[in-house]
Amino acid sequence: MSTTMSSETAATVEPQTPWSTPRAIRIRTTSVVALSAAFAVVVVLFTGVAGIDGWAITFMGLSIVVVLARTSRAGSKERKDALMRVIITSAAVTAFAPWLSIFGSVILKGYLGIRPNFFSQDMRTTTPDDFLEFGGALHAIVGSLLMVLIASAITLPLGILSGVYLTEVRGRLTFLVRFVVQSMSGVPSIVAGLFIYTTWVTATESFSAFAGALALAVLMLPTVARTAEEVLKLVPEDLRAAGYALGARQWRTAFMVVIPTVRSGLTTAAILGVARVIGETAPLLLTSLSNSALRFHPFDGPIASLPTYVFGYLQIGTEYAIARAWTGSLVLLAIVFVLFTLARRFGGKDKR
Amino acid sequence: MATTETPAPRQMTVIYNREDKIFRGVVTGGALTSLIVLGLIGVFLFMRGAQIFGDKGIQFITGTNWTAGSGDGVIPDDFSIGAMLVGTIVVSLIALVIAVPLAIGGALYLEFYAPRRIRRTLVTLLDLAASIPSLIFGLWGIEIFTGFGERWAVLINNWLGFIPIFSVEFDNFGRSPFIAGCVLGSLIIPITTSVAREVYSRTPRDLVDTCYALGGNKWGALRAVVIPYGKSGVIGGAMLGLGRALGETVAVYLLLNLVFRYNFRILESEGGNVASLIATKFGEATEYELNALVAAGFVLFLLTLVVNMTATTIVQRSTPRA
Repeated sequence: MSTTMSSETAATVEPQTPWSTPRAIRIRTTSVVALSAAFAVVVVLFTGVAGIDGWAITFMGLSIVVVLARTSRAGSKERKDALMRVIITSAAVTAFAPWLSIFGSVILKGYLGIRPNFFSQDMRTTTPDDFLEFGGALHAIVGSLLMVLIASAITLPLGILSGVYLTEVRGRLTFLVRFVVQSMSGVPSIVAGLFIYTTWVTATESFSAFAGALALAVLMLPTVARTAEEVLKLVPEDLRAAGYALGARQWRTAFMVVIPTVRSGLTTAAILGVARVIGETAPLLLTSLSNSALRFHPFDGPIASLPTYVFGYLQIGTEYAIARAWTGSLVLLAIVFVLFTLARRFGGKDKR
Repeated sequence: MATTETPAPRQMTVIYNREDKIFRGVVTGGALTSLIVLGLIGVFLFMRGAQIFGDKGIQFITGTNWTAGSGDGVIPDDFSIGAMLVGTIVVSLIALVIAVPLAIGGALYLEFYAPRRIRRTLVTLLDLAASIPSLIFGLWGIEIFTGFGERWAVLINNWLGFIPIFSVEFDNFGRSPFIAGCVLGSLIIPITTSVAREVYSRTPRDLVDTCYALGGNKWGALRAVVIPYGKSGVIGGAMLGLGRALGETVAVYLLLNLVFRYNFRILESEGGNVASLIATKFGEATEYELNALVAAGFVLFLLTLVVNMTATTIVQRSTPRA
C-alpha cells in the first residue's frame, strides 16, 4: 500500500515552469481574444451571418487571422505552432458544444414539467394534450426500473464470471472471450431487440417486461463483463498468492479473497451497465412496447418505460406532448448522471 | 541505505482438484455466454430471414422497393433494402467526416493544451456525454439542431450546389441526411474522443520530452511523435464510432423521412437507414414483411459485426495489454 502511495505522489509532482507566460503577455492575449469576440458580435449584428453558430465561426476565423498577423515576423515553425493551437482549441470547443447544448436544452425545457404529479401519476386517464398538472410518468419510471433490475440480475453473474475467467482462470479461450465481448458491445440495439423478438416474444406470443429485460441484458453484458475484467485486474497478484499460501483452493481464493477485494468495483460495473441501457429505446419498441397504465407484472403484456414514453410523446408532436417528452428526457438524463456519480464514488474506493 | 533485493517469484506448480475443476468449468461456461449469445443472434435472425433471402437472392440487397402487397396477390410483396443500405452508409460517412477531425482535436486539446484546472471537468463531461442516450440526441436534433442545420444546408447549397451531392430537387432543407449525419456525428464524438485520448495519453513521455529538448515546440512534438504514435488507435476509435452510427435507430428515425430510392444528395429531405426501417415498419408488418425486417436486421448485424471486429482488432493491437 505504502509503495503505491509514494509512487502516486511522485507522479503528481508539478514541474517547475520558470518560462511560464509573463503577466503582461497574458493580459495582451486575453484582450486580443476579447476584442475578436466583440468584433464577431458586430459581424453578426450587421452582416448576413446569423446566430450563435455564425458568431462562433466568425470568432474562430478572426482568431486565425489574428494569430497569422501576430506571428507574421516569426519563423514558419512558430507560426504553425500558434495556428495549430487555435485550430485544435476550436475543434475541441466545437466537439464539446453539442453536449453543452443538449444538457442546457434538456434542463431548460424539461424542468417545466417537473411537478409532484409527474412522479406520482400514470397516463391512464390523461390525454397527451392535458395540462402538465395532470398525468405523469410514474408508470414509465417503474417499468424502466423493473426491466433494468431483471436485466441486471441476469447480466451481473454472467459478467462477473466472464471477468473471473479472464483474470483468474485464464484459460485457452482468453483471447477469444475478450474479442467476442468487445465485438458484442457493438451489436446495434435494434438487432438485440429483433433477436429477442424472434426468440422469446415469438415463443411466448406476448410482449412483456421480461422480453424487454432480455434485450437490455444482451446490450448490458459486454459493458459489465469488460468493467468487471478491468476491476479484477487491479487485484494484486500477492493477494492471490497469499490465498494459495494459506492452503485455499483456486475457487476459494477467487470467491473469498479476490472478489470481496473488489466488491465496490463490481458495483461500479453493474452501475455502468445500467447506465448503458437505461436510455435504450429501439429494443424496447420491439419487445416491451409501451403502455399508459402503471403495471408491475414482468410477464404479462406490454409495459411502459421512460425511453418509450419520451419517444411516444415526441411522436404525438403537440405542444404539451413534446413538453412531456422533454421532462421525460430530463428524468432519464438525471438518472444516468446519478448512476454515473455513484459509479465514480464506488470506483474510487478500491483504488485507495 | 541497504537495499533488499526482491527475489524473482518462483514458478508455481498448480494441480487442480475436483472442486477447482468444477469451478473452472462453471466460470468458463459463464464466460462463453457472450460467444453463445452472439452466435444465437446470427442463427435466429438468419433462420427467420432465410425465406426472404431465398425468394429475393441478391436483389434483397440491391433493390430499392419496399412494398407491402395487397394480400390477394394483385400487388405482390416486394421487399429489398438497397436504398436503406445506401442511406445507412451515407449518413454514417457524414457522421464520420464530421466527428473524426473534431474528436482528434478534442483529444489533443484534452491531453496537451487544456489548462490543468478545467481539464478534469472536461474529462468528466466527456464521460458523461458518452452516456447520453441516443434518444436524447434525436430529441435535441429534431427540436434544437434542425434550425442550425437547415441554415448551414442552405449556405452549402448556395455556394457548393454545383457539386452533385450538394444539389437539391426541392428547396426543402429539413430532415436531410446532412442534418442526421451532423447529429450522429455529435453522437459518436464522445466514444471516438475517449479512445483517441486513451492512445495519445500512452505516448511515451520521453519521446515527447526529447522533442522539446531538441528545440521543437508543441505542434512539432505532436506531429512528430504523438499523432503518428496514436494513428492506429484513432482509426480503431473512428471505426467503433462508425459501428455505432451504422446501427443507430431512434435518432435517425426521428430525423429522416423514409424514402425508398437511392439518394446521394445529402441535403435532400429524404433518406433513412436499415435500423430506422425496422423500427418504422415493425408495428404494422404482416408475417412475411416481418421476416423481411428480420432479414434486414441480419444484414445490419453482419455489417456492424465486421466493422466492430476490425475496430477491436486495431484497438487491441495498438494498446498492448499488460
